Order: sequence, then structure tokens, then C-alpha cells
Amino acid sequence: MPEHTVKSYEEELSLLDTKISRMGGLAEHNLAQAFDALQRRDARQAELVIVADHAIDVLERDVEEQVIEIIARRQPMANDLRHVIGALRITSDLERIGDLAKNIGKRAAAIAEVSHPKPVISGLSQMAELALKQLKMVLDAYAERDAELALKVWRDDQKIDATYNSLFRELLTYMMEDPRNIGLSTHLLFGAKNLERVGDHTTNIAETVFYLVRGEAISDDRPKGEDTTMARLAEHG
Amino acid sequence: MEHQVVEGSKPVTVPALDPTITARGVNVFYGDKQAIFDVDVDVPRNAITSFIGPSGCGKSTFLRCINRMNDTIPICTVTGDIRIDGEDIYDPRLDVVELRARVGMVFQKPNPFPKSIYENIAYGPRIHGLTRSKKELDELVEKCLEKAGLLKEVKDRMNEPGTGLSGGQQQRLCIARAIATRPEVILMDEPCSALDPIATAKVEELMEELKENYTIIIVTHSMQQAARVSQRTAFFHLGKLVENGDTRQIFTNPSDKRTQDYITGRFG
Ligand SMILES: Nc1ncnc2c1ncn2[C@@H]1O[C@H](COP(=O)(O)OP(=O)(O)OP(=O)(O)O)[C@@H](O)[C@H]1O
Ligand SMILES: [Mg+2]
Repeated sequence: MPEHTVKSYEEELSLLDTKISRMGGLAEHNLAQAFDALQRRDARQAELVIVADHAIDVLERDVEEQVIEIIARRQPMANDLRHVIGALRITSDLERIGDLAKNIGKRAAAIAEVSHPKPVISGLSQMAELALKQLKMVLDAYAERDAELALKVWRDDQKIDATYNSLFRELLTYMMEDPRNIGLSTHLLFGAKNLERVGDHTTNIAETVFYLVRGEAISDDRPKGEDTTMARLAEHG
Repeated sequence: MEHQVVEGSKPVTVPALDPTITARGVNVFYGDKQAIFDVDVDVPRNAITSFIGPSGCGKSTFLRCINRMNDTIPICTVTGDIRIDGEDIYDPRLDVVELRARVGMVFQKPNPFPKSIYENIAYGPRIHGLTRSKKELDELVEKCLEKAGLLKEVKDRMNEPGTGLSGGQQQRLCIARAIATRPEVILMDEPCSALDPIATAKVEELMEELKENYTIIIVTHSMQQAARVSQRTAFFHLGKLVENGDTRQIFTNPSDKRTQDYITGRFG
């Protein structure tokens, strides 16, 4: 694409991308660290993750302010308009992902003392891997303005949902086996739910990237993994 | 990196419903230099259409085809077919004076006649015999000034010269003058380029009201203005129509790369 005649405008838009990429990097890092802390029962590392979230919040405000300023001063049009609105939406999804990583950090700190059931942890770690991979892919899709890759991320979210559903069943069984497991299992369940929510925000980002590149919303229907906590509960109840 | 916008040789046009003006295969030459190339365009009724494009791309030239103002330029020749409500406006039997009453025009620089405010408005209806009595004419003058949002400001100075008004007031006087002959179409060539933001907002508000009853075309260099006021936008480049469609779509997701580069400030 040719550059703007006004160079400083071009620079402002690329600065926006730099900030988003930094935010994305931090969100990825915190999520990985949080899960690692949970898996290794490392309360100290969990605390660090909780504190580190602040930097993401600061970046979010920074991006927000910059977008408002660009709109006020430059009145962006067409692909530029989609770019700044997209940046605004992505930044808010990344901030939420940061919060979810922080929540996982809190769960990790809370259960660092207790030993975790192996199969559940392996299911969780599969979910975390998927969530991280999806997040990385969607950030690449943004950086490369790759609508196809965004579409792939969007479609693949069902894998996270599916893993979540099977993990949910597993934890439920575990709780029913022995009520003493309920405390730990609840924490782990919330951890899993947080990862599933990370997947949802990643999907939002994928939708934004697609719109930003193509100027239209993703239209095909996403194959929806079996979702339903309530149905499962009923089945088991 | 992929992009959905394409640079085609064929213009991308979304047809307008119920067009007042239809132009087909229009070419304009100044001497042997061609300024407009094979333009097809529909201009919808009771709506505002903006013509945008870089300086020298032929916006004013094309606009002047619609009320045959180009006839007044000796070296200018126009070919092709332009119709208003289905009527060929280049038909030799057509009365050009009457056509110009049906197609009013407002220019970049406000150009009131060197006459009183009252006479500026009364002149057109009088020569076209649109009113039967002095009272009717007075009423028409008042109504036009009212419509142009100028009545309050000038009602005590109707006999003062129009040229004594401020630039913004003069432009609204010219709009009042343009609607006095009860035109169907109003052509505006950069009507706000000499006005401050308040005067511009008043003209835009006026256009918004006028569009209920008129077909309006505005040529503007302000992308924001085109985006604000118009329902349809046509982008011209080097004498050709590149893209013509829904304003919302053009400013959020244009189809042709040249349109996108122009409206985002990436041209040359
Ligand atoms: N009276 C004229 N005699 C000769 N050439 C002319 C005349 N008027 C316009 N042209 C030429 O026709 C082309 C289109 O001019 P036109 O004035 O229609 O452009 P425009 O899009 O209105 O530009 P601007 O935005 O600067 O008003 C230009 O190359 C111009 O030099
Ligand atoms: Mg012009």
C-alpha cells in the first residue's frame, strides 16, 4: 500500500501497531507464566503475574488515548478508519485476556499448597497450549493483515471449547468421587473457564482482524462445540 | 499481505434507484484535449450526491454538462447522452434558459448580483414569469430567504446590496436565489470552500432540508463534508468515473484502490 502523503500520520498508525504488538506479547507472556505457575505450584511466580498485569492496563489506556487523538485530528477514512477502530477493539480484548491471565495467577496462588490430580492437569495444560497457540496466531494475523489466518483462528476456537467441555466433565466426576476434592476442583474449573474465555477474546480479535482486512464481517457459521454447562450438570445430576 | 480492493479498468458503480439524472457515455473536449472520458452516472432523486476527486479530474466540467453551462465555452464540446427525468437535455429543441431554471447552480465563490438582496432573489422568478403579482413575488422572496435560513438576518435590509453581506450570508443568498426558480436539481461547486465552520454547517443543514424536494450534487474537496452530507458519492480520476456508490460504503470500504488511496490521503 502506498504511504500517506502526510508522513506523521503514517507514523502514528504504525505506532499503534507497535503498541498492540507489545500488548499482545505481554498478554501471551503473562498467560504462559500464569499457567506455568499453576502447573508447577509456584506461588511466587503466580504473584509476579498478578502484578505484571498492570503494564497491560497502562498500554490499553495509551492505545485508547492515541486512537481518540487520531480520530479527532486526522478523521481517518476507509481502511484507516477500520484500522483505528480495530486497534481499539483489539486492545480491549487483549486487556481482558490480561485480566484472565491474572485470574489464573490468583487461582495458582490459592492452590499452590495442594497436589493436583494428574489427568486434570494434563487436560488443562492441553487447553492452555491451545489458547496460547491461538493467541499467537491471531496476533500474527493482525501484524500481517492476514484474513485467512484470522478465519482459521476463528474456526479453531471450537477445539478449546471441546477441551473445556471434556475437562468440565472430568472435574465433575472427580468432585463426585470425593467431596474433599471440591475445593481444589473448583479452583481448577475456574482456571479452565478462564482459558475458555481467553479463547473467546481471541476469537473476537480474529473477527476484528478479518473485518479490518476485508471490510466485512466473517459470514460463515462457526461449527459450535457442544457447549453447555447446564445440560451437563443436568445429565450428571 | 492481502487486500480486497482492486484497481479495475471498469468503474465500480452501484445503480441508483429512481435517478433524476442519467448520463451515458459522456465525453467532454476542450479543443482537442479530452477532459471527460466515457462517463456513465445516475444521480438519485431527493438525495445528495457528492463528486470528489483530485484537482483537475473534471468534476466542474462534468457538473457544467448538466445545465449546459459548457455551451458558453466556445472550445468546449460535449458528446454522449444526459437526461433529466428521461428528457434529453442536449435535444436541439430544448430551451436552454428554461433548463437552467430547472437546474440551479451555486458556485465556489459567492456571486450575488450587484443589486439589492430582494432583487437577487426576485430576478429569476420575474424573468421566468413564475409569479403573477408583486405580492406573490414578495412572498416567494421571503420563502426562499426563509428556506436558506437567511430571512431573520436580512429582513430589515432587503433593499441593501447583496454584496454587503458576509461571505457565508452571500453564499446562502446564492442558494436562496438558486431555489427561487423552483429548480428540480441544484448543482453546487465547492459551495463551502470560502466559508468558516459555522457558515459551512448552516449551508450543510440547508442542503439536508433541501434534499427532501430537490436532487442535489455537490462538488467538494473535503472528504469529511462528502461523508457528512451525501448519500451517494462518485469518485473521478483523470477524467474518468472510478467508483460511484453508497457514501457509507465508499468511506468505510471502497472497492477501487484508487478511491481508497484518494480518500485516505495516499495519493501521489
Ligand atoms: N475553460 C477551459 N478551457 C480549457 N480547459 C479547461 C477549461 N476548464 C477546465 N479545463 C481543463 O479540463 C480539466 C478538468 O478541469 P475541471 O475544472 O473540470 O477540474 P476539477 O475537477 O473541477 O478541478 P478542481 O478541483 O481544481 O476545481 C483540466 O485539465 C482543466 O485544465
Ligand atoms: Mg472545479
